[in-house]
Amino acid sequence: MNGVMLGLMYALVALGFTLFFGVLDVVQFAHGDVLTAGAFAGLAAYTGLVHAGVEAAVPQLLVVVLAATLSMAVLGAVLGRVLVLPLKGAPSLNVLLATLMGGTALRECIRLFYPGGSQPQRFPALLPSASWSMGRFTLRLDNVLMIFAGVVLVLALSLVLRRTRLGLEIRAVAQDEETARTMGIDFRRVVLLTFAIGSALAAFAGVMNGLYYNEINFGSGLLLGVIGFSAAVLGGLGSFEGAVLGGFLFAGLQTLGAVALPFASAYKDVFAFTIVILLMTWKPTGLIGERLGERV
Amino acid sequence: MRSPGAGRRVLSAAVLAALAALLLYGFLAAESETTVGLILLGAVVAVAVGLRTGVLDRLLRAAGTPTMLGSLGLAALALVGVFHDDPFVLLLMARALLVLVACLGLHVQLADAGVPNFAGAAFFGVGGYTAAVLGRGALPHPLVLLASGAVAAAVGSLLLLPLLRTRGHYAALITIAFGLLFRTFLEVNDALGGPQGLKLGGLRILGWSFNDDRQLLGVDVSGYAFYCLAAVGLALAAVWLVRRVERSWIGIALDAVRLDETAAACFGISIGRWKIAAFTLGNAIIGVAGGLSAMMVGFIAPNNFTFQESLVLVSVLLLGGLGNLAGLAVAALIVVWLPEKLQPIQEYRYLLFSVLVVLVLVLRPTGLVRRTLRRPFGSVAA
Repeated sequence: MNGVMLGLMYALVALGFTLFFGVLDVVQFAHGDVLTAGAFAGLAAYTGLVHAGVEAAVPQLLVVVLAATLSMAVLGAVLGRVLVLPLKGAPSLNVLLATLMGGTALRECIRLFYPGGSQPQRFPALLPSASWSMGRFTLRLDNVLMIFAGVVLVLALSLVLRRTRLGLEIRAVAQDEETARTMGIDFRRVVLLTFAIGSALAAFAGVMNGLYYNEINFGSGLLLGVIGFSAAVLGGLGSFEGAVLGGFLFAGLQTLGAVALPFASAYKDVFAFTIVILLMTWKPTGLIGERLGERV
Repeated sequence: MRSPGAGRRVLSAAVLAALAALLLYGFLAAESETTVGLILLGAVVAVAVGLRTGVLDRLLRAAGTPTMLGSLGLAALALVGVFHDDPFVLLLMARALLVLVACLGLHVQLADAGVPNFAGAAFFGVGGYTAAVLGRGALPHPLVLLASGAVAAAVGSLLLLPLLRTRGHYAALITIAFGLLFRTFLEVNDALGGPQGLKLGGLRILGWSFNDDRQLLGVDVSGYAFYCLAAVGLALAAVWLVRRVERSWIGIALDAVRLDETAAACFGISIGRWKIAAFTLGNAIIGVAGGLSAMMVGFIAPNNFTFQESLVLVSVLLLGGLGNLAGLAVAALIVVWLPEKLQPIQEYRYLLFSVLVVLVLVLRPTGLVRRTLRRPFGSVAA
């Protein structure tokens, strides 16, 4: 259960990376911190609601999710506009560093300016807490709901990408920017919308993370971002199925590292990252690789 | 061989070194934040004027020559002499120098060979932990420092195969993953002190402990002065080494690998070999700096070697201008000293650096000082 949950969360983050890489061939490394910011935006919305006297769980949940995803969609588009688009054509390392630093700035802003942001913050349990036990195995309703929502989101994204005009435009830009432009696609609009969508996904993952652990921390985005990126790379950057696969693979590795291996569970991240490095050595462009010839 | 302009060059080097020393002296001696601010303002104006008139470019281009290195070394010695009994200032100087050395290691990897390394702090940490473990034994400490470098290079060699198989984002991810892995490993590993870290005895050469304050010629000298001298020596040696490498045929091979792997391979340059060489040399330099740093501070913990710190090292490289040693030195000074001297911004330093780096990347991607083109040998008499 734990593994499925984590896998879904990682997959959502990885999908963002893969979308960004698809349209612009960049790695947007502030993504993990966008996730944290999303969780904090949700928390702020919750605090606001409590102050305003709204106590019912369903509107609270809706507002939290909407506040997180919408605000992060805007933030993502702004990041894309400020950090990534101006650096188009610059060495990829510059973009990487710019977004890493943008993420650091975001993280520091949360730490310094969110009230009590340097301490872990309690995230409210907004979902019903019923659970069923089957022998040693307990199934919790809130987890089932979250997984359901996450799966719906992933499926919805795949539908948007495959069945709508926007999806067509995104795929066109991903395939060949120049041709897409000559066909009358507004490149900037597509890029910014993609950034908005990807960042909203991350915000959703952030809220999931908060609901699942009941706690959010300003620094947790960095690790989640790297994990999401690893997942996207494992699957093959730019590939939709690859990102989902990579997310579950990484979660599987962590769970395996925590449960099945002869050393302490504290080593689970060490184990998972080691395997990631090994897998990348074996398949340098991911399991579902970019199949592009090298241009000289 | 002395070329006609040699006298003038020595003079200009001496003048620049003296100016730099004076500026740094003012900065280090300044007590109030207003003074620090004024000095900074003056420096910014001077740099702006220097950039406009091209004087700065010319001066900095000469920065790697032995004359200039010698004068800067003397200036550093003078500063150590002036602040001989002020441990705080000495510690700051030594730290800036060690950060500079670590960045020189990164410089070889990133600016010369184009191999990204986002785990600089991790290799710094490998050096530090090596010094902590070996320093207790009977091994003479200079050898311990060398061992720090060797172990860092050896640990780095674990990443060689992955790095050679990948490039660009993927290679960057591998180093990032390694940096996170290393820190998690340290935190959960009890043998190396876990999250609490390890204590170190100080550097000791031929029975002479660097930690003790002592009297020299009737003057009280803080123990940190000796560390500072060691750091000056290390920095000069590292700059010299990196300059030698860059100005030799090795440097040309590295340039070729960085600029165009395909073309380099066509000319029979072995890409793998030079990437390995640069990555290993860089890690060794970082490791030695880490070892000395750990001995000086006397304490290391996983928290000193976070991904955040690795990013700070890379940003020093970028702020200074990728590929320029003089810019690198200036950036190292700014990054280490500014938060210490301006206490109010201490808390905000990561925020400040990150915004600064983003601004530099967007507005002046070449960094503080532009990378100079390699010039044919003989055109600059070194």
